[in-house]
Amino acid sequence: MATLREIRRRIASIKNIEQVTDAMRVVAAARLRRAQENIIATRPYADKLNMVLGHLISQMDVENEALTHPLLETREIKHACIVSVSADRGLCGSFNSNLIRTTTQRIEHYQESGADVTLICIGRRGHEHFVRRGYDITDSYINIFRQLEFQTAVDVVHEFEHLYTDKKIDKVEVIYNNFKSAILQTVLVEQLLPLEPEIPEGDELFLDYIYEPGQAELFEMLLGKHLNMQMWKVLLDSNAAEQAARMAAMENATQKAKELIDELILQRNRARQTQITTEISEIVSGAAALEGKR
Amino acid sequence: MLNRSFHLEIRTPEQLIYEGDVTSVHAPGVEGNFQILAGHIPFLTALDVGEIRVRESSETSQLMATSGGVFEILRTGVTVLVETAEWASEIDVERAESALARAQEQLKANAPDLNRPRAEAALARAQNRIKVASNL
Repeated sequence: MATLREIRRRIASIKNIEQVTDAMRVVAAARLRRAQENIIATRPYADKLNMVLGHLISQMDVENEALTHPLLETREIKHACIVSVSADRGLCGSFNSNLIRTTTQRIEHYQESGADVTLICIGRRGHEHFVRRGYDITDSYINIFRQLEFQTAVDVVHEFEHLYTDKKIDKVEVIYNNFKSAILQTVLVEQLLPLEPEIPEGDELFLDYIYEPGQAELFEMLLGKHLNMQMWKVLLDSNAAEQAARMAAMENATQKAKELIDELILQRNRARQTQITTEISEIVSGAAALEGKR
Repeated sequence: MLNRSFHLEIRTPEQLIYEGDVTSVHAPGVEGNFQILAGHIPFLTALDVGEIRVRESSETSQLMATSGGVFEILRTGVTVLVETAEWASEIDVERAESALARAQEQLKANAPDLNRPRAEAALARAQNRIKVASNL
């Protein structure tokens, strides 16, 4: 059985850990709130952009102009590109390991069907994992989550869009943690390229516009913007999911620390009581011995 | 007629930059700069890198730098969707100048892996920001 002093020392150190994990939980909660605000802030822009794009597509259909664009072209998949969005830091439960597992499965899936795969890693965790194992990595973006900028999304899109139009890759997918709620995050695989534009429905879309430049040019530009926006949404979502995962993980750790402390306090009391009992019995027996001598 | 106002909204993916009633707005269309007054017919165009000038009355105007986007006019008002927008007063000239120098250097060095369109776009953005900041 541990000595009283050892137990006291353990209690003190676990209390320290509890303080740290609790502080991390509070920080993650604050970051989560900000991340959620960011998601909400993009919504009007995204909705409006989709509306304009949808309207344009519906108009083009009406005029029987085929939807052709390099980014819409479907090809046989010989080279795939996977954008894998992990976090820069750990201590967020199974956030990174789930993501890495799904990415690896996806890579194997493509390799089995005879395609080679190149990776774009976002986040340090995924980057380090795949570099260590010698995967083919086109580019990595590290430490971008601390200060998320729209420009990062634009840069990432630029990277693979370029490869796609040069026909060096035939498909682009993104794998990321989707922020469902503060307690639920799921790993999603989404196709980025070729784009599959949704043909919108609804009458209010048929507005009488003047275009400048022509529809085709506008369409091309809007597709690019749409892609940037999708990537931006993925980054924001992953960021929120990361903070939520970390919050939950730290919450659990704090809870565990509390339980452990309670248990140790019981042990400590028991040890202290034993010690006192021994002391008393020593004194009593000592006194009794003295009595006997007299 | 000249002083009639209309509703204007300028948004980026990150935030709402401007919302309010204005009498006119100047914008850099891909086929040339243009100005919009109240009562324009529905119109959709692409914006280039350049400056947007918002006029709330005939005396006051505000200027911002943008890197391009979409400009939409409906009967209900004008919506501008741009990927970046910065008020002239908020532009960090030092940062713009260092971005400019970096882009120039890249183009000059002309490395084999240089992404030329990207470097040129960066150059144009930096030049535009410096110009807008000095026009304040």
